[in-house]
Amino acid sequence: MTPGRPTIACAPSAATAGARRLNRVWLALLLATAATVVLAAAGWIGATRWAVPLTFVLVVGKGLAVALEFMELRRAPALWRALVGGWLLLVAALVVLAWALGRAG
Amino acid sequence: MPPNAETRWPHATAPAAAQGADTAPRLAGDLAIWFVILLELLTFGIMFVAYAFARLRELALFNATQATLELWSGTVNTVLLISGSWCVARAVQTLRDAAADASRHAARWTTAAVACGVGFLLLKFSELAGKFAAGMDLDGNRFWMFYVLLTGFHFLHVLVATLALIVVGVWMRRGAYGPGRGADRLHTPETVAAFWHMVDLLWIVLFPLLYVMR
Repeated sequence: MTPGRPTIACAPSAATAGARRLNRVWLALLLATAATVVLAAAGWIGATRWAVPLTFVLVVGKGLAVALEFMELRRAPALWRALVGGWLLLVAALVVLAWALGRAG
Repeated sequence: MPPNAETRWPHATAPAAAQGADTAPRLAGDLAIWFVILLELLTFGIMFVAYAFARLRELALFNATQATLELWSGTVNTVLLISGSWCVARAVQTLRDAAADASRHAARWTTAAVACGVGFLLLKFSELAGKFAAGMDLDGNRFWMFYVLLTGFHFLHVLVATLALIVVGVWMRRGAYGPGRGADRLHTPETVAAFWHMVDLLWIVLFPLLYVMR
C-alpha cells in the first residue's frame, strides 16, 4: 500500500461517522419531543410541580443539541457558544421562574 | 504542516486553505447571518419572557384559552422542524464530504428539508386560519394576542428560511457546490443552514411555552 492510499480509505468512514452523529442527534431530539408530549398528554403538566421544570430542562437539552451539533457551534469560537447557550439558559430560567411565581401565587 | 496532513484531506480538490479547518474554531456560515441570528434570538427571547410574565396576570384566562389549542398540531410541527434541521445538517455534511456527486446528493437532503418546511407552513396556516374562523378574540384575550404575534412572526421566519432553502437546493441540483468549486463553496449552504436551524431552535422554546406550559 502506498503512503497515499490509506487517505482514500479513511475518507468515507469519517464521513459516515459525521452522518451517524447527526442521525443520533435527530433521534434524541425526537425522543425528547415525545417525552414532552407524554408529560402534557398524561396530565402531569399543571398537576405536578416537576413536569414544567422538567419540560424546560428538555428544552435546554434540545436547544443545545441543535446549537452545538446542527448549527456546529461545537466547533465555533467559545464566545458564540456562550452567547447562544446563555440565551437558551436565561430564557428557560426566566420562563420557569414566571411559571413558579404563578403556581405559588 | 504535520506529517499526516495529507491523510486528513484526501481529495485532490480539497482547497489548500481548508487544511486544518476541522480543528481551528470557526463559525459555520457568514458572520453577518450570525449577527442576524443574535438579533432574532434577542427579539424572540424578550417576547417569550414577556409572554411568561404577562401570563401571571391572567393565569385562568391563559390556561383556559391554551386548552383550546391542539397539542398534536404543535407536536407534528415540532417533528417537522427537527427533521428539517436534520436534513439540512445532513446536506451540509454531504457537501463537506466532497464526493464526486456531493452537490446533487445534498440537493436530495435539501428537498426533504423543504418538504418539512412546507409541511410546517401548511399545518400552521390551517391552524391559524381555523382560529381566525372560530372567532379568535385578539382584542379581548391577551393569550390570543401573544399566540398570533409569536407564531405569526415565527411563521414568517419559516417562510423565508424555506424560500432560501429552495434557492440553494436548485443551485445544489445544478452542481454548484461540488468539489473543485473553491474554498468558499460551503459558504452559502452553511449560511442558509444556520438561519434554518435558528428557526428550529426558536420553535423548540415556543412549542412548550405556548402549547404545553400551564
